[in-house]
Amino acid sequence: MNVNFKIWRQDNPHSKGHFEQYGVEGLTGDMSFLEALDHLNERLVANNEKAIAYEYDCREGICGQCGIFINGRAHGPHDHMTTCQLHMRSFSDGDTIVVEPWRAAAFPIIKDLVVDRSALDNIIEQGAYITAKTGTAPEANAILIAKDLADKAMDAAACIGCGACVATCKNASAALFTAAKINHLNSLPQGAHEASKRVMQMTKQMELEGFGSCTFTGACEVECPEGISIVNIAEMNARRAKAKWWG
Amino acid sequence: MLNAKIPEGDLEHKWRNYQMQSQLINPANKKKLGVIVVGSGLAGAGAAATLAELGYDVQCFCYQDSARRAHSVAAQGGINAAKNYQHDGDSVWRMFHDTLKGGDFRSREANVYRLAELSAPLIDHYVQQGVPFAREYGGVLVNRSFGGVQVQRTFYARGQTGQQLLLAAYSQLYKMKRAKKVRMFPRHEMMDLVMLEGKAKGIIARDLVTGELKRFAAHAVVLATGGYARVFRLSTLAIGCNATAIWKAHKRGAYFAAPSFTQIHPTALPQTSEAQSKLTLMSESLRNDGRIWVPKKKGDGRRANAIPEEERDYYLERRYPSFGNLAPRDIASRAAKERIDAGYGVGRLKNAVYLDFSQAIGRLGRQTIADRYGNLFKMYEKITGVDAYEEPMQISPAAHFSMGGLWVDYELMTTIPGLYAIGECNFSDHGANRLGANSLLQASIDGYFVLPNTINNYLAGALQEDHPTTDHPEFEKVENEVRDHIEKVLHVKGNKTVDHFHRELGKIMWQECAMSRNREGLEKALVQIKEITDAFWKDVNVTGGHQEMNTELEKALRLADFLELGLLMCTDALNREESCGAHFREEYQTKEGEAVRNDEAYAHVSAWAYDQGRFTLHKEALTFEHVQPSVRSYK
Ligand SMILES: Cc1cc2nc3c(=O)[nH]c(=O)nc-3n(C[C@H](O)[C@H](O)[C@H](O)COP(=O)(O)OP(=O)(O)OC[C@H]3O[C@@H](n4cnc5c(N)ncnc54)[C@H](O)[C@@H]3O)c2cc1C
Ligand code: SF4
Ligand code: FES
Repeated sequence: MNVNFKIWRQDNPHSKGHFEQYGVEGLTGDMSFLEALDHLNERLVANNEKAIAYEYDCREGICGQCGIFINGRAHGPHDHMTTCQLHMRSFSDGDTIVVEPWRAAAFPIIKDLVVDRSALDNIIEQGAYITAKTGTAPEANAILIAKDLADKAMDAAACIGCGACVATCKNASAALFTAAKINHLNSLPQGAHEASKRVMQMTKQMELEGFGSCTFTGACEVECPEGISIVNIAEMNARRAKAKWWG
Repeated sequence: MLNAKIPEGDLEHKWRNYQMQSQLINPANKKKLGVIVVGSGLAGAGAAATLAELGYDVQCFCYQDSARRAHSVAAQGGINAAKNYQHDGDSVWRMFHDTLKGGDFRSREANVYRLAELSAPLIDHYVQQGVPFAREYGGVLVNRSFGGVQVQRTFYARGQTGQQLLLAAYSQLYKMKRAKKVRMFPRHEMMDLVMLEGKAKGIIARDLVTGELKRFAAHAVVLATGGYARVFRLSTLAIGCNATAIWKAHKRGAYFAAPSFTQIHPTALPQTSEAQSKLTLMSESLRNDGRIWVPKKKGDGRRANAIPEEERDYYLERRYPSFGNLAPRDIASRAAKERIDAGYGVGRLKNAVYLDFSQAIGRLGRQTIADRYGNLFKMYEKITGVDAYEEPMQISPAAHFSMGGLWVDYELMTTIPGLYAIGECNFSDHGANRLGANSLLQASIDGYFVLPNTINNYLAGALQEDHPTTDHPEFEKVENEVRDHIEKVLHVKGNKTVDHFHRELGKIMWQECAMSRNREGLEKALVQIKEITDAFWKDVNVTGGHQEMNTELEKALRLADFLELGLLMCTDALNREESCGAHFREEYQTKEGEAVRNDEAYAHVSAWAYDQGRFTLHKEALTFEHVQPSVRSYK
């Protein structure tokens, strides 16, 4: 199949970016979207042009490193899927495919389709852990956790940190990402002792990083590859209110 | 003969004896001691966080944009521990025995025992850190079974065990970053090791955003850079996984052990085109209910469902009646290769076999199968577009795990003083074949429990030495060497892409140095890899410069090291004239095609030294005091 890529090119954080068109031939439906870009890059290099920079590592939907805005949607046309899981069979011969980086004030562009998501790490740094040193743990089964509680914590913990929720949100809010982590830890007995501090510090950092505030449009949960529910945000807000008033 | 510094005493007491005798450092002095940790997977993040908690001054590196993305994240199945929660007769001894046998008696007793011994406290640790492991209704932890063992000792967090463990380690790491005890350098790739007076004292790293080469100094360097199966190009590893750090260390004097021992996983998705970049793993657990077969007729063009029962060859059940579809990984992979090579493969490229659930669905109902494997069936459909409830899956063997790596002693120190290797990048506890769910364990144990209790024994001596600084001329020298190497790659300006050469290397490695090997093929491979290497240095084209983000350059530098490593892997495979575990030499097999191990001549670890492009063999004898090596049989 042949497609026409319209791709955002930007040499560095300070340069002005622009769209560039590339007609690409000889693709097959079995190729992943990233393999189609690889194919295009090989051609660019053969013509002595600079390769397009984009991100990936695991290419199986779990590391969260990939992330491209494709035809106006984070991670492309399907719900709950990462960019690396997208295959060319989702497009038709002759399609024009618009390819852009995540766009959010807190995610500055580094080059072409690569953005800096360290703001997400900064939120984690403010409390997404249990303060206990290696070597101090009690016997594992001494902490009993009901199955439904463990399952619920796992649902939230599944976040891969890709940032699609931010990219798709008109306010560029990181509420879904932050809520997922807070609810994972705060719902478990191990996390209870630092629950208030965690929710206050992490939500504060979210604001400091320049993420917008959540207005419950629900766009994020549609794109989230792990299907993290927006209910998490309401839960986080409740936890925050509680922490604020009762400590 | 190499000395692994195994402590005295009974197996049960060795680790305790070791700790009793090793040197301690007082807390006030620890903060004067710097440690570089390269890698932020389970091994690296666990080590960096724990060393920082102990008070050392830690600098941690990874090539991804965040520590949370190390490839440990991709492990699905689970992590083993001898907790005996299922009351099914598990114990440290049994786990020790299973692991040693699973590795076909090519690993060290003392290390394997320590691995089993520390497994239970590791689960305690991860639970404390908030890992949402699967639970029973009553709240206790659940276990399941995994290949090669008869007890249930595998702990798991849905199909995302590696992710959950890694996120716990990453969080602990960031806790210490917040406490200003760790400096974190994401998007930094180690390019070389710096040694002062014969000891590891620093690294040169490339900032992948700006391209700048940077110097880092410390009292000791820990490599935790993961597996190198990307040497095959197509593998279950992440695209960025590389051998650069350990290869550069090898070239500076660290011995490389058992380089050719590579695990080929039997159930990955097959390659469908030349352009393919990665093979996705389908969990081994599918083999509990799926039956593996190929058509009895060579080149049968019919669709799977159109082939009648009596024309199907369930070759694993035929050859291994007692283990059947659950034969260990090396055996299942080899059997698939045998059928594919003989012309019975299925799929567009005739490179796959069927994994069929129709009978299980008939027997147990679709719902039960969906409950057990729903997420895997969904993943299969996402990637292939095929509904595996209706048609059998097509699967194929794929390069998956490196049992080999830098040689380390009992303290996890390489042959370079002050240089440690932990996690998948060392050779250690898995011998010639790794058991499922044992490597998340090994990476974690190395990082959290072993290294933090052995590095003090070395660092205590470093207190008296001058504080290493990057002004030393040796740093400048190594930095210049790295820069020259990078410029050399950029100056070739040939006509072929990096991926072209990587595909060529991958084909040879897969053909000659994967599931089965023979003298003729390996000798041919050595010649061919040299030809590709020459061609690479004459004809590769890397566009863009080095003072910018340049993904083509990153790939080229990694490939340059893989090309050299490929030579060593083939040399090692050629040298070992026996079949053991994943290393199957066709010359050494029974009439029925089973492996023939040679304990008299090869009960040793092969550790290779590097000298200007030549490899010299050193040996570490393996002695078995507690388990008598037996023939592995799964018939
Ligand atoms: C698909 C898959 C599934 C698996 N499933 C299981 C399972 O169910 N159970 C099990 O026990 N094991 C499993 N394994 C194996 C297990 O996941 C790995 O062996 C283990 O996680 C390795 O951990 P590590 O810390 O050694 O390396 P990794 O997690 O790979 O980390 C390597 C780190 O080194 C860094 N790095 C690498 N090179 C450089 C460089 N040059 N400069 C700077 N940094 C560098 C990387 O950025 C990364 O942070 C699986 C493996 C794969 C591929
Ligand atoms: S919440 Fe979902 S979309 Fe947002 S970072 Fe996590 S996985 Fe990605
Ligand atoms: S590359 Fe890892 S999630 Fe897409």
